[in-house]
Amino acid sequence: MRQLFDRDTWREIFQSISKNKLRTFLTMLGVFIGIYIYIGLAGASQGLNNGFEKEFETIARNSMFVFSSTTSKPYAGYKTGRRIQLKLGDVEVLRQQVPEIMAIAPRNVKGVFGSQPGVVKRGIKSGNYSVFGDYPEFTQIAPKKIYDGGRFINDADIEQERRVCVIGERTQKELFDEDEEVIGGYIAIEDVSFQVVGVHKFAGGGPFDNDSDIFIPFSTYREIYNTADNVSWFTIAAYDDADVVQVEKDIKATLRRIHNVDPTDEKGIGAFNLGELFKKIFGFSNGLTFLSLIVGAASIVAGVIGIGNILLISVKERTKELGVRRALGATPGEVRNQIIIEALVLTLLAGIIGIVCGAATLKLIDVLTVNVELPYTNPTVPISYVLGALFLMVALGILIGLIPAQRAVSIRPIDALREE
Amino acid sequence: MIKIENLHKSYKMGNNSLHVLKGINFSVEEGELVAIMGSSGSGKSTLLNILGMLDLLDEGSYTLDNVPIDNLTETKAANYRNKFLGFVFQSFNLINYKNAMENVALPLYYQRVGRKERQEKALKYLDQVGLKEWATHLPSELSGGQKQRVAIARAMAAEPKVLLADEPTGALDSKTSYEVMDLIQKINDDGNTILIVTHEPDIAEMCKRVVHLKDGVIIEDKKVEQVRAAQYVQ
Repeated sequence: MRQLFDRDTWREIFQSISKNKLRTFLTMLGVFIGIYIYIGLAGASQGLNNGFEKEFETIARNSMFVFSSTTSKPYAGYKTGRRIQLKLGDVEVLRQQVPEIMAIAPRNVKGVFGSQPGVVKRGIKSGNYSVFGDYPEFTQIAPKKIYDGGRFINDADIEQERRVCVIGERTQKELFDEDEEVIGGYIAIEDVSFQVVGVHKFAGGGPFDNDSDIFIPFSTYREIYNTADNVSWFTIAAYDDADVVQVEKDIKATLRRIHNVDPTDEKGIGAFNLGELFKKIFGFSNGLTFLSLIVGAASIVAGVIGIGNILLISVKERTKELGVRRALGATPGEVRNQIIIEALVLTLLAGIIGIVCGAATLKLIDVLTVNVELPYTNPTVPISYVLGALFLMVALGILIGLIPAQRAVSIRPIDALREE
Repeated sequence: MIKIENLHKSYKMGNNSLHVLKGINFSVEEGELVAIMGSSGSGKSTLLNILGMLDLLDEGSYTLDNVPIDNLTETKAANYRNKFLGFVFQSFNLINYKNAMENVALPLYYQRVGRKERQEKALKYLDQVGLKEWATHLPSELSGGQKQRVAIARAMAAEPKVLLADEPTGALDSKTSYEVMDLIQKINDDGNTILIVTHEPDIAEMCKRVVHLKDGVIIEDKKVEQVRAAQYVQ
């Protein structure tokens, strides 16, 4: 211990390390590469994880879309090929039958899935935009960021069939002048006047976000487009702890029952299960993180073993020097500690350089890919991973240093000095 | 200073035991300059190794400066070596990546002498062997004679009770050998006790006492008229 805090020990070790540059370099190379790979992989997989998360931050993780199509089997007197229509009344049944449902938002839309977009006018300006009929619940599933001063559709809007709308950033730009107050302003959708109550922020990057969508209350939509109780699709979010695959099955089964679809008919009721997709994606990136930890740790171990190996050779090469030191009064303990501290210093030095270079590389990739369509954001390595790697290196460095150190001590000075 | 009584040492070589030292009785007073002579296999190096605590004795007793040297562990031996002994080797054994001054300062490092004092002392002893200007040179930049003088400075730096030299001139030409012997004689003149193992009669003549070893026993132990090496050195 005294040796560890003695400036002379470090001078002595620094000298022995710096005077043997090639040996030092070769020794450190293994650990450097190991930690570099470790940091690089861990950071990249973290970046990938963050990237996916950013990509999907506009929608709840365990959500799904449920829609209808045509049946492929005859059932209960109905013939095959019948078009199923989801109804508003399904919501209550689903809520009762599938308690795992946290939020369910029936939606109607004009402008996607092949239908004509709504014609929107304001004075002499006009444009075609997708128009959604929505419930406030929708924001529980796919949160919309609304600019200050605005709001999303609320329950009163639904109840009173208010002619209010939430428009997108682009819609605002195209229909309003720059200095015009947009909240409280009016636009005409299908020649029906609507008051703007909010502008939603375009999150960007995500696949479920558009900068021009217009949201109006579901009930108002029904009035304007005369859709009665028809629903284009349900957006559904399950509770966090629910098994989304099972929830999807239950929902589909319930809807098949309501709409008289053969329980074994794969068509008729369709669903796009985001939760399951997320699970797969995040499973993939978690797997990648795990793999990178294993590969990284293995590289570090290999690197440290390399250090032990080279130190072992170097001890052999320095047999004479160590013998001289012993003859001059170095105790076995001092010789042992010197070798162990050398191993430790080499390991840590290589490790720290590797960490710095790895971090620099991650930053570089981040900067280079900022404009590239790649789910890769903020590739950081959790500090616990770095500390873990350092700890691993210190522990292994000491352990591996023990081997050459023991070898160094086991050489008797008389044998070390004998040459004739 | 040194007292050895009934010293025995044998080496195991497979099934055979090789009896190298067969009862040595031998003592050295302070300030003596003793040459230990003998042909190879006579046991002279073994004797020096035991004196230097690099090897353990089998039987008998060894007292150094009134301290009984027994029950030696490696650590204890290292401390005794550091405290009592200075070594000079045939092949100098300087540490090749340390300069002359750092080599001389090394035993002081193991004596836990502070860095500044180490350097001062190292320079002082380098000056004594006439190599002060070479303090920052690496061993590879020094001639054989200079290396041995650095090695002697290193051995002296620890201010040992006894200087043990194992064929100190064995790797040197005769002119350089005499220069080194001149230095050793001067150190002895200052009152230091020195033991030299050699097989060269002319080197032995430059000591004050010659001990002849043959087949593990002392066959002759005589004081001699010292030949000064200085006369051969211009």
